[in-house]
Amino acid sequence: MTQHDAWEIVIGLEVHAQLKTDSKIFSRESTAFGAEPNQHVNEVCAGLPGVLPVLNKRAVELAMRAGFALGCDVHRDSRFDRKNYFYPDLPKGYQISQLFHPICTGGAVTYVLDGEERTCRLTRIHMEEDAGKSTHRGDASLVDLNRAGIPLIEIVSEPELRSPAEAAAYLKALRNLLRALNVCDGNMEQGSFRCDANVSVRRPGEPLGTRAELKNINSFRFIQRAIEYEANRQIDLIESGGAVVQETRLYNSDTGRTASMRSKEEAHDYRYFPDPDLPPLRIDEAWYNATRDSLPELPHQRRQRYQRDLGLSLYDADNLTAAPPLSDYFEAVLALFSENPKNTANWILNTLLAHTPNPDAEPPPIPPQHLADLLRLIHAGDLNHQLARQVFDLMLTTHRDPTTIIDAEGLRPVRDTAGLEALIHTIIDENPAQVAQYREGKDKLFSFFMGQLMKKTQGKADANLARDTMTRLLKGE
Amino acid sequence: MNTLRHLLHDLDRGHTSAAHLTEATLQAIHAQNPHLNAYITVDDEGARAQALQADQDRANGQAGPLCGVPIAVKDIILTRGLRTTAASRMLANFIPPYDATVVERLRQAGAVIIGKASCDAFAMGSSNEHSAFGPVQNPAAPGCIPGGSSGGSAAAVAAHLCAAALGTDTGGSIRQPASHCGIVGLKPTYGRVSRFGVVAFASSLDQVGPMARTTWDAARLLEVIAGFDPRDSTSSNQPTEPWAQRVAQTTPDDLRGRRVGVPRQYFTDGIQPEVEAAVRAAIDHLQRAGAHIIDIDLPHTPHAVAAYYLLCTAEASSNLARYDGMRYGHRADDADDLHDTYARSRAQGFGAEVKRRIILGTYALSTGYYDAYYLRAQKVRTLIRQDFERAFQQVDLIATPTAPTTAFPFGAHQTDPLSMYLSDIFTISCNLAGLPGLSLPCGQDKQARPIGLQLLAPWFHEGDLLAAAAAYEQLRDA
Repeated sequence: MTQHDAWEIVIGLEVHAQLKTDSKIFSRESTAFGAEPNQHVNEVCAGLPGVLPVLNKRAVELAMRAGFALGCDVHRDSRFDRKNYFYPDLPKGYQISQLFHPICTGGAVTYVLDGEERTCRLTRIHMEEDAGKSTHRGDASLVDLNRAGIPLIEIVSEPELRSPAEAAAYLKALRNLLRALNVCDGNMEQGSFRCDANVSVRRPGEPLGTRAELKNINSFRFIQRAIEYEANRQIDLIESGGAVVQETRLYNSDTGRTASMRSKEEAHDYRYFPDPDLPPLRIDEAWYNATRDSLPELPHQRRQRYQRDLGLSLYDADNLTAAPPLSDYFEAVLALFSENPKNTANWILNTLLAHTPNPDAEPPPIPPQHLADLLRLIHAGDLNHQLARQVFDLMLTTHRDPTTIIDAEGLRPVRDTAGLEALIHTIIDENPAQVAQYREGKDKLFSFFMGQLMKKTQGKADANLARDTMTRLLKGE
Repeated sequence: MNTLRHLLHDLDRGHTSAAHLTEATLQAIHAQNPHLNAYITVDDEGARAQALQADQDRANGQAGPLCGVPIAVKDIILTRGLRTTAASRMLANFIPPYDATVVERLRQAGAVIIGKASCDAFAMGSSNEHSAFGPVQNPAAPGCIPGGSSGGSAAAVAAHLCAAALGTDTGGSIRQPASHCGIVGLKPTYGRVSRFGVVAFASSLDQVGPMARTTWDAARLLEVIAGFDPRDSTSSNQPTEPWAQRVAQTTPDDLRGRRVGVPRQYFTDGIQPEVEAAVRAAIDHLQRAGAHIIDIDLPHTPHAVAAYYLLCTAEASSNLARYDGMRYGHRADDADDLHDTYARSRAQGFGAEVKRRIILGTYALSTGYYDAYYLRAQKVRTLIRQDFERAFQQVDLIATPTAPTTAFPFGAHQTDPLSMYLSDIFTISCNLAGLPGLSLPCGQDKQARPIGLQLLAPWFHEGDLLAAAAAYEQLRDA
């Protein structure tokens, strides 16, 4: 929130997501990331005279997939248009995009904010090609066309987001969804998930204010800061008698500020028109249906199922489904051991997650089978909590399965009744005063005696057996 | 030089060799081209090598359908390793790293690519006066333009400096120069021939087609270049046909019962009387051979020129944006910054006609004008296509003049570009509708300048078009 509580922030987001295809959207050139500059450039990517675009079928399929998953109207007929402007990293002098008839309209992103589920509607999703990359070094400008022709979808939201935190929640949910669908790898540093934000402010109930478009925001942290800065800038401007002008502003992550890039007057006239090199895209019914019917369970559906069927809290369910590696991990463990899923969730979220360096990108460091085995042993009473923690720590360091560890380290719980009785008698003998107090009704001392017992067994006493035996002997039976 | 058909015959019988033929052709080119200026680039060495290969292939029994015959290629069609200029300063030193699909197919057929024929820069023009490499002379009408934009191809064919040539036709650029130079020129159905590797002028209108001295020759060349190309999303998978064989089997008797439409709107006031007379005489010929001549209406014809010049310039303004001096082509060396580099490179690299069309097209697509110009022109285009759909329910073919006049002297339209645009009046509807159209000689005016008869057929009916042209050819030469 801003310091100006009398103002409402209105945010709409435009996300460019790179589709996970092997080849570019209009040619067979590779999309591999990280090559030397201009290594993945053929005559089509370079915009040589005479070249023509041929649409990549896989890109269409991934765009459809995203559309179905976001509940859009996925159109069986769409068209490609040319967006004309000059820039050195745009080889043809136009970008092939979809203005007039995009592949998807409508739909919504579902996300969790402040402990409740919300949605933000989408305006449209369209396909387009990426431009190349310009680097400026002193006097020189260098152009790398490896990116030119990479397939993108642009996902445009309605202006329904009301805070920087909500914008971030929307983006995280959208990114998570596209990754779960295998449509986009969501890598923000490599530019495969980029965001522009349209920001305006108004007093609640008033019509929409004039918006500024913020460009060049490449992390969740920056998106919140950029919107916050921009909203405060606009509020200060209006409160000091000024007016917001419609313009494009660039966010500078070093200064945390936005600065004007071009005004509405300087805006390009893109002279969109239908690309005559590409016939209208028509998706046949069989392909359309097959794509629609092949969707996996989506993160928000999974989250809702965890709440409904497993009894997890919204908070836990949301955390478990926040990234595909973690979500898939939880599923894998559940498939192996389905008893007490709440305990499974707790172990993952409260214990294992702390040992997962990058849960966004990698699964936890213990194989699902090992964790399932551990949970089964706990559930069967073969491990008490303390032993379980010891076994778990060894699983992390040795990468062995729990049974092997238990056998090797002798971590089985002590279930020898006679042995326990002997130890308890020693404890009773050593602590006559406490025993007397206990027997006079000070029940709380029970845990003191259990503590003593665990100390003597190095935590290995079978919890149930120890409790029963302790109770019996303390009562003097 | 003989017709392509005769050359193949002689080569097959060993009366001549590709090497000999190539040498003779090169000699003729070097003798005549300094005056004619039909070629921008002559590939002596490449042609000799291809000829040797052709002779070897023939000796091995692997002669392709054009094995050993010299073919000229319009200089907006890319030839790997051989300079392709689009007849402009912009690409004066551009050496393509790849072959156009049609060039690939020529090579596979064994053709000897003898050189690159001049044209109006970026195929924009009707007179060949807009080539950065100087105007091309009309061998059939001294002192006159050869027509355009495929004027170099037409002149090279007419002057026997190749067996046949490839041209491109966006609004008449094959048929009009064919008419002016007295040869056969065919614009195939849109989508029949791949555009991959052809410098784009107006993508929804451009087609590559054959220019030759006879219908058979054109048919053979079409067989080689036509057919689906996975690299061109607008290319059609309609099967190709043995067109040359059909032409060879055609007799004037095949015209019997053919319904030939004569559109009223194509015999207008601006037409040169001798042109009208020659075309009407040709139509009489068809009638005497048994064809039914039917007057038809193509009511939206008067709007075709306006619609065409909006659409082709709009597409051109976008297609030519890539010539920005960044990656290839002319780059100004006196520029201060990025914007200046664009401005100067394009100002220096493009000629006046290209600039005029880029400006017109940019205007037509601009915010606030798009609906009034581009969209409205698209609607006119639909109406024109519907005109033809209706007409072809009544008739099998349509016969018209190819151009309103015979070849005009150099400079005749210099001060008034619009009057030049009007010389395309009979050819552009065919492009707007995507139809196949053919021009073949049907007489001369008083100054012995050739006159062309244009025949149009329904979409993908190139066979009917060529057969009718072949039948008329026999009647005419009888």
